[in-house]
Amino acid sequence: MLLSVKNLHVKYGNIEALHGISFDVEEGEIVTLIGANGAGKSTTLHTITRLPPPDGPRVTQGDILFKGQSILHTPPHKIVSDLHITLAPEGRRIFGNLTVLENLTLATYARKDRDRIHGDLQRVFELFPRLEERSKQRSESLSGGEQQMLAVGRALMSGSRFLLLDEPSMGLAPLLMFEKFRTLKRLNEEGLSILLIEQNARIALKFAHRGYVLDTGEIVAQGTSEQLANDPDVKKAYLGG
Amino acid sequence: MEILIQNIFNALQWGSFYALIALGYTLVYGVLLLINFAHGDVFMVGAYIAFFLTTFLLGQYGVIAPGTLTGATILMLAVPLTMILTSLVGVTLERIAYRPLRNKGAHRLYVVITALMCGLILENGNLALLGASRKKFPELLEKTIWTFGNISVTNLKVLVIFTAFVVFFLLQFVVTRTKTGMAMRAISYDKFAIPLMGIPINNIIVFTFVLGSGFAGLAGLLFAMSYPILEPYMGALIGWKAFIAAVVGGIGDIRGAFLGGFLLAFVEIGVVAVFPSTLRDLMAFSVLLIILWWKPTGLFGIAKTTKI
Repeated sequence: MLLSVKNLHVKYGNIEALHGISFDVEEGEIVTLIGANGAGKSTTLHTITRLPPPDGPRVTQGDILFKGQSILHTPPHKIVSDLHITLAPEGRRIFGNLTVLENLTLATYARKDRDRIHGDLQRVFELFPRLEERSKQRSESLSGGEQQMLAVGRALMSGSRFLLLDEPSMGLAPLLMFEKFRTLKRLNEEGLSILLIEQNARIALKFAHRGYVLDTGEIVAQGTSEQLANDPDVKKAYLGG
Repeated sequence: MEILIQNIFNALQWGSFYALIALGYTLVYGVLLLINFAHGDVFMVGAYIAFFLTTFLLGQYGVIAPGTLTGATILMLAVPLTMILTSLVGVTLERIAYRPLRNKGAHRLYVVITALMCGLILENGNLALLGASRKKFPELLEKTIWTFGNISVTNLKVLVIFTAFVVFFLLQFVVTRTKTGMAMRAISYDKFAIPLMGIPINNIIVFTFVLGSGFAGLAGLLFAMSYPILEPYMGALIGWKAFIAAVVGGIGDIRGAFLGGFLLAFVEIGVVAVFPSTLRDLMAFSVLLIILWWKPTGLFGIAKTTKI
């Protein structure tokens, strides 16, 4: 098992946001967590990577295992540099004051396999030719869609083996959205495991192998993507009938 | 004509001191958006560290026999040692004063006030420890005057100016070309996203303080060699001036710190060349005020559009 979340309880301040959720991701899978706004999807990702907002999520019970080892006390930067788990966060969080190329270079900061960096950069430019065209531009001058590409490109440059994606469809026109998911599918077929968080359940279930439905901090349904897509309750609540 | 060129050299020398101190303000601000008001006093501590190092190496405390080392050798040793020890002072301040507040998510205003207090503690700690008597910095380099036609310049002055330019190019390289430099710039934009790149954020912050205070120590050493009287408040006024120079240049930008430092020195020396010297600070700061009035973000500053 690549990632195994066990009975996870998480609090923000005094409010419990996750009431004991359990799910897992196998090596090579795309797994999706779907659910409405406020269901606890982002909290789940932030707890795994410990993206530290000023008043971050606090685990009160349960555990997160990566390849069988608990990562609850691993420093956030080591989750990336040693375990190769990377988050492409919601709102992209690119460094707007750096150029596109600097953003991609910065992501390689802690990599030990330096000989592979150049090849990975070529790969990112091949997947997202726009980034190569704009490599010398300040990244805040990119369009929203290009910034999304940069966020994914940056995760790949950090040597990611397991990518966590927070709302990758957000703010993208349908055409761009499908293109992005096709790229992600291609990366997955080359061995990248993906945990995908989406409000857009339709597209998430189209591309994921398995899924979990999160509702106000609890897992209310799970199964293969086909099973969920055909589940009458899921259909009604998340797929518009 | 000779007077003009003499004055240009003086301005370059003073500008070098301002610039070397200003870059410490600008580096820390560029990374943490914190105005480290203790920085002028870190410069003062650097001068004292240089004083004790050089007098020790000259054999004043009986450990080394006097005359063992030549002045030039002592200087070669004092430069790295002063920089290392002064950077430890800067890093200690970061560790015991700024980091705990940052970890608790304190507003930047409180950290700035803490920095002010740290500066006062350094000044008064020095006073308590060493007393109010001034220290006379030993002469390390035999004063050589180089003459080109009618222009004469001391070796020390050339050394100071040369050092400032070397430091500028070195820092500019670090900040714009290295991954650590990119991380330093990225922190000010979104510090919460830094760990997502696998970067240990505190290491970058410590490195920033190492650079800033290390070069303040170097400035302290060179300043003490040029103006060899040391007293606990020597860092206060020059620190304020360097800070203002950094702001006028555009705080957060290395080029701004250097340009601002030299600009302030040229205005000061220019005023003194024409008017009575009592008008120096009044007129110099009026000029800087007008520059800020015209360009509030400083010469190299850019208006911040998005801030979290």
